Amino acid sequence: MKLRLRIWRQAGAEDKGKMVPYVIDGISEDASFLEMLDVLNEQLIAEGEDPVAFDHDCREGICGACSLMIDGQAHGPQGATTTCQLHMRQYSDGDTIDIEPWRAGAFPVVKDLVVDRSSFDRIIQAGGYISAPTGTAPDAHAVPVPKPDADAAFSAAACIGCGACVAACPNGSGMLFMAAKVAHLGLMPQGQPERHTRVLGMVAAHDEAGFGGCTNTGECSAACPKEIGLDVIGRLNADFRKAATRAA
Amino acid sequence: MSTHEYYVDGDPIADTKAPDGPINERWERRRFTGRLVNPSNRRKLRVIVVGTGLAGASAAATLGELGYRVSNYCFQDSPRRAHSIAAQGGINAAKNYRNDGDSVYRLFYDTVKGGDFRSRESNVHRLAEVSTEIIDQCVAQGVPFAREYGGLLDNRSFGGAQVSRTFYARGQTGQQLLLGAYQALERQVAAGTVELHTRHEMLELVVVEGRARGIVVRDLVTGEVTTEIGDAVVLATGGYGNVFFLSTNAKGCNVTASWRAHRQGAYFANPCYTQIHPTCIPQSGEHQSKLTLMSESLRNDGRVWVPKAHGDDRAPADIPEDERDYYLERRYPAFGNLVPRDIASRAAKAVCDEGRGVGPGGLGVYLDFADAIGRLGEDAVKAKYGNLFDMYERITGENPYERPMRIYPAVHYTMGGLWVDYDLQSNIPGLFVTGEANFSDHGANRLGASALMQGLSDGYFVLPNTISDYLADGPFEAVPEGHEAVDAARKAVDDRIAFFLGNDGDRTVDSFHRELGKIMWEYCGMERTDEGLRKAIGLIRDLKDEFYKRVKVTGKAAELNQELEKAGRVADFFELGELMCIDALHRTESCGGHFRAESQTQDGEALRDDEHFSYVAAWEFAESEPVLHKESLEFEYVKPTQRSYK
Repeated sequence: MKLRLRIWRQAGAEDKGKMVPYVIDGISEDASFLEMLDVLNEQLIAEGEDPVAFDHDCREGICGACSLMIDGQAHGPQGATTTCQLHMRQYSDGDTIDIEPWRAGAFPVVKDLVVDRSSFDRIIQAGGYISAPTGTAPDAHAVPVPKPDADAAFSAAACIGCGACVAACPNGSGMLFMAAKVAHLGLMPQGQPERHTRVLGMVAAHDEAGFGGCTNTGECSAACPKEIGLDVIGRLNADFRKAATRAA
Repeated sequence: MSTHEYYVDGDPIADTKAPDGPINERWERRRFTGRLVNPSNRRKLRVIVVGTGLAGASAAATLGELGYRVSNYCFQDSPRRAHSIAAQGGINAAKNYRNDGDSVYRLFYDTVKGGDFRSRESNVHRLAEVSTEIIDQCVAQGVPFAREYGGLLDNRSFGGAQVSRTFYARGQTGQQLLLGAYQALERQVAAGTVELHTRHEMLELVVVEGRARGIVVRDLVTGEVTTEIGDAVVLATGGYGNVFFLSTNAKGCNVTASWRAHRQGAYFANPCYTQIHPTCIPQSGEHQSKLTLMSESLRNDGRVWVPKAHGDDRAPADIPEDERDYYLERRYPAFGNLVPRDIASRAAKAVCDEGRGVGPGGLGVYLDFADAIGRLGEDAVKAKYGNLFDMYERITGENPYERPMRIYPAVHYTMGGLWVDYDLQSNIPGLFVTGEANFSDHGANRLGASALMQGLSDGYFVLPNTISDYLADGPFEAVPEGHEAVDAARKAVDDRIAFFLGNDGDRTVDSFHRELGKIMWEYCGMERTDEGLRKAIGLIRDLKDEFYKRVKVTGKAAELNQELEKAGRVADFFELGELMCIDALHRTESCGGHFRAESQTQDGEALRDDEHFSYVAAWEFAESEPVLHKESLEFEYVKPTQRSYK
């Protein structure tokens, strides 16, 4: 198929950036979206132009590196799908596709479609863990975990840290990412001792990193390729209220 | 020294750190004989850890907890993106929670046998011992493993095992284990014991007076190249499957860190041992950039078949039961669809070579869940494999609940890697290698759910204990600015970058990588021959010459430049590819993932030659021809037998 692309090009963090049009032909419907960009880049290099920079790695929907705003939707039109798993059979010959980086205050653009998401790592550093130094663990069966809790914890822990939630949020909030981790650890008995310090620390790091506040718009969950539900935000708010009251 | 056509013989080597005595006491003995570092001295010692996958993140976190000063590097934008994240199936541990006859000794036995008697008994036994501690550790960190209704951990049988010893977290076990290690790592970053450098790539090893003392790294955002000096260097930089271009590895996976260390003197062991995974989604066209694995746990419930008739292009549902060949169940009645990976892969190739393959190009076989859905119900199948089925449908546009999956083998894991002793130290003092980057535990073939076990065993429990014996002699002398070894390493990196950017070429890096991959897959893939390997060596040398003449790298050094990153990695893959072919050529036996067509039984099974090849092939780099050092393998406990899965 033949496509018209309009891609955000920005040489570096300090540059202004702009949308640049490209035309690409001969794309197979079995190609993935990123493979379509590979073909474009091969073409650009052959013409002596700078290829489009974009983050990607595993290309199987689990590493969370790929991060494209496609026609205004984080990871494109298909539900529960990362950009790397989106295939060109979703498009038709002659389509025009807009491709932009994540847009959020806490994710500054590095180059073209690449953004800096280290603010997510800083949120984890502020409490997104269970303190269990190597060697201190009791037998794995010492603490049974009710299956529904373990399953719910897993569903929250399935977050891949891609940042689609932030990009989709009108406030640029990192709430869903943060709440997924708070829910995962808070649902496990192992996570109880640090439950309150965790949520206070993570929320403080979130706000400091420049993420916006949450107004329960729900765009985050709709854009999430791993379908993390909004219920985790309710859990975070409840934990936060309890923790803040205790701390006060 | 005798000379061969492509290499020369060197002196034999031995693992001098391996303790003797009863095998179940060796690890304890080594921990006792190894020297310790006083807690107050640990903060004076700086350990450089390269890589943040299971083996790297767990090592960096644990060394930080012990009080060392750790500097940790990864090329990804976050440690959580390392490719361990993609492991699907599970992690083995000899807990015997199922009361089905498992034990540390059985896991040890299965792993030595599964490795086709090309691994070290001492190492494998230690791995089996440590396996139980890994599960305890991960549960304490909050890893949400699958559980039974009573709240206890669930287990399943996996890839060739007759006991249920595999722990799992739906089809995302690697992700959950890596997030556990990543969170432990970030906790140490917050505590100030670990300094983390993301988007940094190691491009050279610095060896000063015979010791590994540092690395040269490039900041991938600014392009700045710096030299980092420490008391020891740990490489946890993964495998080299991407030499084939198409593999299940992430696009960024590369051999550069290991290869630069190899060029500085570290031996590269058994490079030809490559694992081809039997259950991957087949290639759909020339645009293909990677292959996606479907967890082999699917083989527990899926049945593998092809039509009996050649060129039968009917839809699978239209092919009646008696016209289907369930060839694994037919050829291996005891293990059926659960035969080890190498056997399942070669069997798939064999039926496709006969012209009975399905799908585009006839390069595929069916993996059919109709029986399982009939027996267990669609909901139960969905609960077990839902995410894998969804992934399959997204990629192929076909619904596997209604139509059998199409699968084909793809390169998945590399058992070879840098040579290490029992302490995980390479032959360069101070250079340690963990996880897939080393060669030590899987022999010629890795069993399913054993990679996660080895990565975490090395990182959480083995390395933090063994590295102290080396660091007890530290801190080592400061390396002065302008030391000739540092300058030389630095210059090598600068020169290479300048070469690529200055080359007046006309072909993209990817076009060369793709072509190299095709040569490797054709001649050094599932089946290897003397003639094919010789041909491949010639083709690789010619292509490499052309690469240096014609490669075109756009952009500048002082910026984010993904083409420049790829160029350096592909340059190293050329040299590695040649060594893999030489290793495969010299090993005229078949063993595990290395199948030489000349060495097979009458039934077409791999035929080992223990008399001549019961050794580790450790290769020393030389500008002319590589030097082969042999480490003889002794089997005191598990006597080598011909593997039989009939």
